[in-house]
Amino acid sequence: MEFRGFLAVKDVTLSVNEGTIHALIGPNGAGKTTVFNLLTKFLTPTRGQITFKGEDITRLKAAEVARLGLVRSFQISAVFPHLTVLDNVRVALQRPSGLATQFWRSSNALSTLDERAMELIDAVNLSSYRDLTASELSYGRKRALEIATTLALDPAMLLLDEPMAGMGHEDIGRISDLIRRIAKNRTVLMVEHNLNVVADLCDRVTVLARGEILSDGSYDTVSQDPRVREAYMGTEHE
Amino acid sequence: MAVGTQYIAEQPKLRTSSKVLGAIAIAALLAAPFFFYPVLLMSILCFALFACAFNLLIGYVGLLSFGHAAFFGGAAYFTAHAAKVWGWEPLAAILLGVAGAAVMGLLMGFLAIRRQGIYFAMITLALSQMFAFICLQVPFTHGEDGIQGVPRGYLLGILDLNEPLTMYYVTLAIFLFGFFIIWRIVNSPFGNILKAIRENERRAVSLGYRVDRYKLGAFVMSAALAGLAGGTKAIVFQFATLTDVNWQMSGEVILMTLLGGIGTLIGPVVGASLVIALQKYFAAWNFPVTVLIGIIFVICVLLFRRGIVGEILELMKRRQKGAA
Repeated sequence: MEFRGFLAVKDVTLSVNEGTIHALIGPNGAGKTTVFNLLTKFLTPTRGQITFKGEDITRLKAAEVARLGLVRSFQISAVFPHLTVLDNVRVALQRPSGLATQFWRSSNALSTLDERAMELIDAVNLSSYRDLTASELSYGRKRALEIATTLALDPAMLLLDEPMAGMGHEDIGRISDLIRRIAKNRTVLMVEHNLNVVADLCDRVTVLARGEILSDGSYDTVSQDPRVREAYMGTEHE
Repeated sequence: MAVGTQYIAEQPKLRTSSKVLGAIAIAALLAAPFFFYPVLLMSILCFALFACAFNLLIGYVGLLSFGHAAFFGGAAYFTAHAAKVWGWEPLAAILLGVAGAAVMGLLMGFLAIRRQGIYFAMITLALSQMFAFICLQVPFTHGEDGIQGVPRGYLLGILDLNEPLTMYYVTLAIFLFGFFIIWRIVNSPFGNILKAIRENERRAVSLGYRVDRYKLGAFVMSAALAGLAGGTKAIVFQFATLTDVNWQMSGEVILMTLLGGIGTLIGPVVGASLVIALQKYFAAWNFPVTVLIGIIFVICVLLFRRGIVGEILELMKRRQKGAA
């Protein structure tokens, strides 16, 4: 991927196996979010190929990729700030239920989605906040809401961009459990800075530095790699 | 364009009281021609509907169109031509205006929604100015003269619209119909997605929404409703001129909507009433009315950015929170 001559990500060959939790780590500016943007087609690669479940998605648009079941979250929490918690989740449920284009019906028709929405909201412990607008939630709860919204699509693969960023200790534990639970029948690729979380959750780790892959393998293999220690872990991991 | 605008999150929960208020408002509108000059009231109703149609786009999708005059004025020309030259029944002529505006909305929207923010506004402005130029050149609009002396005719061949009161009640019915449609769209499953796009477009895309289609759909609906207002205006005032298609008209509807409150249902109605009433009452003054409206506009934007209705709703919401 080139930004006006600046090579942001180069020769990155990343394969994520079905049913695994895969971490993408690396120092700031390594190109992790760029990789996410490329995979979900928020950016178009200058060269290379992206396949999902054997299908070439390199030329698809972002919305089409999401429809195939490859759904992302964002680094800066992506909620609909002036909609309630319930409405946030319902927005995600509306499209698969065919309740998105009907402009002639009352929005009361959406109450059929409430049960499913509340299940998802329960799963991230937000039940008591269902009628608050998303902007009124704390940072950690916004992230939880975002995960609930992403899960509403029942995606085959989730891309989580720093799901734990800015979260307190308790929240991290809760979201870790949630990710482990949802990953049972899904594939997860996540960018994460908290290496304890990575060590604990992920089956495989890819280390990215300056737009290139530095190391790839299990957490133990990667953390022993001297180049990785030099570029990244030596300074950040205790 | 969401820059610098404050949206009202949720209307405060006052379902029953808002029904009562609605009933009072309709009663007042029914009685109004016995207290005010019907032509002024009809003018307000037409512009209020126009502003509501415009607000559907800025308030609920976050798109600032600077070319809505093309739909309003374009529909006025189509309706006027159908009623005068082809001798169509007034309602059919108005519907032709609506259809024409919808087609124009489809063409303009198709090009404009590819860009966002100020670029979206500039494309709509450029396209509407092109349309205004076409209106100046083609013979059927009669250039600087416009289409004059449009017959009001008989609604469905029965109701004589030359009767001022009949004309008023027909205009009121059209306004209420348009307002109801907007209310329905805003509070529909589709409207929910529009609000989501307004709030966070990237997120809506990442949830698999083809946002361009939703935007285009809303754009066409807004254009058609602006056309309903323009077509009705052509029948009420019996003319269609270049004033209605010029960019000043696009500016005026922005002003009305901002003044009343973007993203509130009745804000544009209040804004349009205020602007039209001021224009009428101060027309006789020596002090130029444009300057006066400009001053009011600046004061409003500085003091209450949410617009008149927006500020009132916000105040009620805060009270409710305080009470709870």
